[in-house]
Amino acid sequence: MEAAPTEGERAAVDEVLGPPESGWSGGERTAVDARVARATPDRRHLLLPALHALQASAGWISEGGLNYVCERLPVPPAEAYGVATFYAMFSVESRPKMVVHVCDDIACRVGGAKDLIDALEGGAGPEGTSPTGASTWHRSPCLGMCERAPVAFLQQVDEVLAPAPSAPLVELINDRPASFDIDVPSSAPQTQDGRSDLHLLRRIGDVDPTSLEAYRASAGYEALARAIELGPQGVVQEITDAKLLGRGGAAFPMGVKWKAVAEQPVTPRYVIANADESEPGTFKDRVVMEQDPFALVEALTIAACATGSEQGFIYIRGEYPLATTRLEGAIAGARAAGLLGDDVMGAGFRFDIDLRRGAGAYICGEETSLFNSLEGKRGEPRNKPPFPVTHGLFGKPTAINNVETLINVLEVLRIGAAEYSRIGTPDSTGPRLFCLSGHVERPGVYEHEHGITLREVIDAAGGVRSSKPIKAVLLGGAAGGFVGPDELDIRMTFEDARAGGYTLGSGVVMVFDEDTDLVDICLRIARFFRDESCGQCVPCRVGTVRQEEALHRLVQGRTLGSREDEFALLGDVAQVMRDASICGLGQTAANAVQSAISKLGVFANGKGRR
Amino acid sequence: MVGLATVFGAGGGTSSYEEAANADLMLLWGSNARAAHPIFFHHVLKGIRNGMRLIVVDPRRTESAEWGDLWLGIDVGTDIALSNTMAREIIVNDLHHREFIQGGTTGFEEYRESVMDWTVERGEAVTGVPAEVIREVAHAYAKAEKAMICWTLGITEHHNAVDNVLCLINLGLLTGHVGTYGSGLNPLRGQNNVQGGGDMGAIPNKLPGFQDIEKDAAARARFEAAWDAPIMPKNGWHLTDMFAAMERGELTAVYVIGENPASSEADVQHARHLLEGLDTLIVQDLVMTRTAEMADVVLPASNAAFESEGTVTNSERRVQRVRKALDPPGDAKDDIWIIAELAKRLGHDWGEVTGASAWEELRTLSPMHAGMSWERIEELGGIQWPCFDESHPGTQFLHARLWEFDDPEKQGTKAPFSVVIDDPPVDRLDDEYPLRLTTGRRLDSYNTGVQTAGYTSPLRREETIDVSPEDVEKLGLDEGEVVRISSRRGSVEAPVRMDPGLRPGLVFMTLHFPDQVDTNVLTIEATDPKSGTAEFKATAVRIDKLQVPVGGGE
Repeated sequence: MEAAPTEGERAAVDEVLGPPESGWSGGERTAVDARVARATPDRRHLLLPALHALQASAGWISEGGLNYVCERLPVPPAEAYGVATFYAMFSVESRPKMVVHVCDDIACRVGGAKDLIDALEGGAGPEGTSPTGASTWHRSPCLGMCERAPVAFLQQVDEVLAPAPSAPLVELINDRPASFDIDVPSSAPQTQDGRSDLHLLRRIGDVDPTSLEAYRASAGYEALARAIELGPQGVVQEITDAKLLGRGGAAFPMGVKWKAVAEQPVTPRYVIANADESEPGTFKDRVVMEQDPFALVEALTIAACATGSEQGFIYIRGEYPLATTRLEGAIAGARAAGLLGDDVMGAGFRFDIDLRRGAGAYICGEETSLFNSLEGKRGEPRNKPPFPVTHGLFGKPTAINNVETLINVLEVLRIGAAEYSRIGTPDSTGPRLFCLSGHVERPGVYEHEHGITLREVIDAAGGVRSSKPIKAVLLGGAAGGFVGPDELDIRMTFEDARAGGYTLGSGVVMVFDEDTDLVDICLRIARFFRDESCGQCVPCRVGTVRQEEALHRLVQGRTLGSREDEFALLGDVAQVMRDASICGLGQTAANAVQSAISKLGVFANGKGRR
Repeated sequence: MVGLATVFGAGGGTSSYEEAANADLMLLWGSNARAAHPIFFHHVLKGIRNGMRLIVVDPRRTESAEWGDLWLGIDVGTDIALSNTMAREIIVNDLHHREFIQGGTTGFEEYRESVMDWTVERGEAVTGVPAEVIREVAHAYAKAEKAMICWTLGITEHHNAVDNVLCLINLGLLTGHVGTYGSGLNPLRGQNNVQGGGDMGAIPNKLPGFQDIEKDAAARARFEAAWDAPIMPKNGWHLTDMFAAMERGELTAVYVIGENPASSEADVQHARHLLEGLDTLIVQDLVMTRTAEMADVVLPASNAAFESEGTVTNSERRVQRVRKALDPPGDAKDDIWIIAELAKRLGHDWGEVTGASAWEELRTLSPMHAGMSWERIEELGGIQWPCFDESHPGTQFLHARLWEFDDPEKQGTKAPFSVVIDDPPVDRLDDEYPLRLTTGRRLDSYNTGVQTAGYTSPLRREETIDVSPEDVEKLGLDEGEVVRISSRRGSVEAPVRMDPGLRPGLVFMTLHFPDQVDTNVLTIEATDPKSGTAEFKATAVRIDKLQVPVGGGE
């Protein structure tokens, strides 16, 4: 017989999926079941939520639990296993229930993670061991809390510690009483300065994020009211006139995207907020969702109004427990107030939002991977074309936008396209969020107008901590690139970036002072891409591994041929990944390393330049 | 094949594979195609993906049923009851195709009369399927624009096999679901060339191309002229007749080509006994089968799949080329060579016979193959019969002629309804033999295992007696426990496997592992007089725990 679920697993899954329809879909066998079976309705898109439920209830995904989910959805067990093993937060082997994920990614690396990890290794044993069998710890890629490094994510209790104190963590992993008393600084320091000119951050720190009344009292839902007044075409026109470009990294014109979706004859159409913010060094969307969750709900509702969609999804990364809770509250609040549902705002259109959590996969931030993940498949990217505007989620027209982009829509409607387009430069309109981390005095999310220089961005965050000289700045995230201290006057606009061969990416500005070991940073970036490559296409699967290997050979002085040969090899690998990878992960996986080599001369000397 | 030939004059499935992928509804009746006809089932899966509704009628909830939108778990051998019930439901709700019945069929009134007693309540009482579900399926089938019925051995391995087929054909005639694109009546074939065998005259009453040996004197004369030999105007024997003739002592010499009756016959001990009693047994095969072991002469043959030139004809009537890739090992010879050589030794020198020359002869004698030149078969990637001349494209689906209401010549013989009477399995259940054993196939094995036992498969498990969870509990069995299974004819032993696809009272075995468990020791040799097929699907059995030695242990 096949492995059966425990009562607890069964209950956890039923909580997500409802009770079984019949004996053929996991329920009790009845006399009718002996004579009739009906197809279990296809609900594969609920696979990820069901796996989350199993993981949370038992601390791992057992064969019996997986079988039960497969029976219920239904999904072939081999495919469900393929999905379960795709995500870092899921384990298909029994493991301690409490898993502490300790970020050792680049921002935390220069923000105390090494000391934290040393303390854990000393006090609780090496990564993956469990002193009592109840708890363990693992290194983790960026957890998106870079402004409060170092960071630890407690998976089972669904809580983030930032900054994570080492002593109580050691106690926790040893299964001894631990108390955490963390002093949390503001994640958006500008809001502490009494500024009234902020657009995207204006409610943060000021308006209760759990109260719809408070949100409405601060001009909340006025943008939706205006959108309803303008009508779908009017909204698209306004967005087009505002020249709003996507903030997720591709800088695609929003008006074009929404218009294309709205004009598809096919229904249903979907709108999605891409909140799978996983680019190392990026945390702006998290701060917005934690502190101003209604804004995202309202903005997605406007997207639905503009594109004629009745169903929206917010796909949020699994390591964002507070943002998840806040959004759940905001969605429920909006629903209760008639701002979601069958008759949104009494305007006669239907729209609702499903909040879905990712489970630890950087690749799922790529829009087509995100679709696959939502559909209950492995989060592997699809070939484009066809593009999401015609064949997106479930193969239907889909408008998928980054959180920051959507929040900008509110501003466009609030102040009007004309005024909005006066912010920034003619070709890079509007405000922009930057994620300041690393060696800056006041890390956090900052809002600036497009056109500000990098130096001004850094200065606005209090400059370099201890006023040390800057060695390098990582701009745009791990998929972005390094700029040197001689390049700090570059302007933060789309057009300058294009012309200058750099990228704003997701707004990451990670500052490294002169004491930073950039070799170590580059190795971590290379490891990140190797770990996060989904493995679907060869250039990326093989290229990310070869890149990391070559860097290690350079560091260890055990090169194949000369150092120049290794650099040539790295260049070739970079080119192949850029040219031939299916998605942006592979296409950008060599950017940071290549810029470090070419601009900063990292790895130039025998043991790397310290 | 007999049923289809009786109604339509040709014993072939009416539809093409492509249509299976484009139908709106498919009734898969008495067929576990997922396991037994995996290639055809790929086309079914395409259909499901295209939105086709699959309804599966089978006593077991099989792998095929798991793909279905709806499964009806009827009692074994109640297919006619279900069909007649559906028919009444269709008629009383005025869902039958009056125009087609009027213009393309005969015998409707008698048929209508014969099914009028079959209320859905009676249907439920006999088949076990809830009345409202029978009603639902009847309505769905009748209302669908393009609907197919596909069946296999669950329909034909019964003592009333032909009646079973006729009752399904009745449904097709009643609703006009035949002779149009996407609608049809299709027996699925278990081998790549079962259809071809029948087409080539390996049926006791037909010459190649389904030309009747007794009734069609003109056809017979053509063959006699071509072969320069007289043909007895008399039907031959089918397999069951042959065994009966052996029993009577009339048949004393048998030449078996690529068959293994010593393992595959129902009541197999009896069959072996008869084979042993023959004066001469010649077996021509690739491998040393159980039957070959008993033979006086074994003629080692080449493999038709890749050591031979010729054709095969699949379930959609498509004649396709087979090409030789390898020389056969050792002294093994091509079947054609062996037969021609035998003829020569018997005094008829046919010259050098090849696949191509045999085919060329065939198409001069069989009108439905006349347009299929060797070159055209190659060029078109196979041709579906009938194909009457070299400008004919072949025929995607059969019996479109029936719709030619206004042109009697084009239409030909109208299709007759058949009055079919419900007749339960011969092997009755009683207190002594309370369980219904049905048999079937698994995906990884084929029939008696001659062609598959030599290959390993990750899916392979040895023979088991599959039992419902309820009966496992009721009989106090453990999974893997070896039990004795007895019928009125004999006993075998096999380990128990629990299968939730079975309901209480129903048990299942395969026939794949005769050396381990000789399932056909149990089955009944109740045979349909018209088709010669035995009732493998319905045996009354009992399960006994094996005696545990008294005072066992240390």
